[in-house]
Amino acid sequence: MPTIAYCSVFVDDQEQAFRFYTDVLGFAPKHNVPIGTDRWLTLTAPGDPDGTQLLLEPSGHPAVGPFKAALVEDGIPCTAFGVADVHAEIDRLKGLGVRVLTDPTPAGPVTVAVIDDTCGNLIQLFSETPAT
Amino acid sequence: MSDIYRAIADPTRRALLDELTATDGQTLFALCTRLIENGFPMTRQALSQHLAVLEEAGLVRVRREGRYKFHDVDTRPLQEIQRRWPVPDPTD
Repeated sequence: MPTIAYCSVFVDDQEQAFRFYTDVLGFAPKHNVPIGTDRWLTLTAPGDPDGTQLLLEPSGHPAVGPFKAALVEDGIPCTAFGVADVHAEIDRLKGLGVRVLTDPTPAGPVTVAVIDDTCGNLIQLFSETPAT
Repeated sequence: MSDIYRAIADPTRRALLDELTATDGQTLFALCTRLIENGFPMTRQALSQHLAVLEEAGLVRVRREGRYKFHDVDTRPLQEIQRRWPVPDPTD
């Protein structure tokens, strides 16, 4: 039975992405292996070193740039991360100067928000919508 | 002028105007999320076509800001309707 070992995001600059995804979003470093001019650069959720790894993949392939630009233009996130409280998390990220495209918006069982990862992607954050 | 009547004849487009009146400056994705939440589930492609009709009628303006594209509502074309028919309420 397969497991989800990796999920990846294409990032414009691996160093910048590493700083944003660790210092700002709070992921933990897992692997950082040089491969030519790029790196095999993965992170995990904090406190879950054996969990699914987030691969920060270089976006050098010519197809990647136009693909990412088209998604960003329409506000479409490339992936989604769960957080405990999306309202509190968005407040925290705004305090750190992160660009928020969509403020927390109820979408049925979850409340979603969209941020810019500074590396050419939009990321959705979500938490369970509190019962009213 | 007939563009305006055509634009607001459709319930989905009226819902879109409601969403933009509540929160101006939304991306296509944000509008899609809000419409799903409010009972108008549709693909982004369909939504894009509805927005084009509203834009043609001058009710929605598309603004580019850096790498993003935002939609703003503009209700000025609706003033023509207001000027044409409503009779002042004497109790006002």
